[in-house]
Amino acid sequence: MKYTEEHEWLLTEGELVTVGITEHAAEQLGDVVFVELPEPGTEVSKDDEIVVIESVKAASDILAPLDGEIVEVNEALVKTPGLVNEDPLGDAWFFKMKVSDLSPMDDYMDEAAYKKFIG
Amino acid sequence: MTELRRTPLYDLHVELGGKIVPFAGYEMPVQYPAGIMAEHIHTRTKAGLFDVSHMGQVILRGDSPEAVARAFETLVPMDVLGLGEGRQRYGLFLSETGGILDDLMFANRGDHLFVVVNAACKGEDTARMKAALEPEVSVTAIEDRALLALQGPRAEAVLTEFAPEAATMRFMDVRTLELDGVEAWVSRSGYTGEDGYEISVPADQAARLARSLLAHDDVAPIGLGARDSLRLEAGLCLYGHDIDTETLPGEASLAWSIQKVRRSGGAREGGFPGAAQVLPQLVNGPARKRVGLRPEGRAPMREGVELFADQEGGAPVGRITSGGFGPTVSGPIAMGYLPADLCALGTTVYGELRGKRLPVTVAALPFVRASFKR
Repeated sequence: MKYTEEHEWLLTEGELVTVGITEHAAEQLGDVVFVELPEPGTEVSKDDEIVVIESVKAASDILAPLDGEIVEVNEALVKTPGLVNEDPLGDAWFFKMKVSDLSPMDDYMDEAAYKKFIG
Repeated sequence: MTELRRTPLYDLHVELGGKIVPFAGYEMPVQYPAGIMAEHIHTRTKAGLFDVSHMGQVILRGDSPEAVARAFETLVPMDVLGLGEGRQRYGLFLSETGGILDDLMFANRGDHLFVVVNAACKGEDTARMKAALEPEVSVTAIEDRALLALQGPRAEAVLTEFAPEAATMRFMDVRTLELDGVEAWVSRSGYTGEDGYEISVPADQAARLARSLLAHDDVAPIGLGARDSLRLEAGLCLYGHDIDTETLPGEASLAWSIQKVRRSGGAREGGFPGAAQVLPQLVNGPARKRVGLRPEGRAPMREGVELFADQEGGAPVGRITSGGFGPTVSGPIAMGYLPADLCALGTTVYGELRGKRLPVTVAALPFVRASFKR
């Protein structure tokens, strides 16, 4: 598992990367009440704002961590946004993307580095 | 920047795991570990304890209660003379042009008027009252008392365990009660839409009383986050957001707070700042009005979202002044201003969210029925 400074986690299986947000991020957001996901098939570039998350406190975005194509989104989050607080590292994944060039993954943090990052 | 102040309950907030944020010059808990949603629901189903000690408590005294009431009527458009002993009323301070300078509560406590104002405005409010009322009426800002609010359907049962008389109070009654050996100035009121009490106690006794109340199974501490979602569901204004110096009482849908006796044709018509602007608007109707809004779908629309009459084209016709997710409503809710011809219940307007115009329906306020004990 890799982590971004935007508090996303990235899990790689072959050329497929699953993206979610960390427990720390979910806790900071507070109760999530709304999630807007991209359409599967969308081509995205790194740092595009592709997911909207609204909590009781505020709105925030998830940025595309890599260039690629969205191949699957977690529709369960649209119906049950609270999953993000209940199981951020499991059931509450946001999307899976197909990535041809995985080399930027090397720039992201491993778990130890992320733990240090959030202090 | 001036240093942030702390209320007498600060240490208790920290001990309870409160997440502390700056608010109106104070370090206040925005939420506790339970979180805003759970705290909101707890208040609507059991009883929530809020620290509102940052708000301003002011005492007005004069030669007689009538003299004080008469003097206060020169500052607010409310019927103060007609407010019976042991009763409280909602009020507004207005500018010379009728804009709202602050909203407040004032209570007839026999030999004095007890005024509670917003934290962010308390310095200016006190100065304004001193300038207008002294020396005939003394204006004393109370710095040595805390203010707690106990709100929710179990509030009465809880407070009755401390003072049985609490049960006999009606909505907006005020009384001095002894709670856990502490002299408390209690009003049956609050700002959540729930039945409940606001409790003024000496600062050095506040934490002890708060702990006694929290020891009750039905009582949980509630932060500012849930306070905001509760008052929004209750359709109540947040000063500086839903009402400010640019809004007149009529357009703020607060005409109800101005009693007949102070209106055009009333026995004590006018005689308060901004009367020339405020009173005609109550007769002729305002050009724009604060309304309740229900965004369709699940996306919250927050303060600042612009409202349009049509899905495409045209300039904005209004703006959301408070908005978010209503945990009890279980959906997005908002308040905002719209032109009078778009204020009818059920009217569809469009809020622009992330470049898209999404339908919003004008809805009745409050969003959640108030459960005051009248």
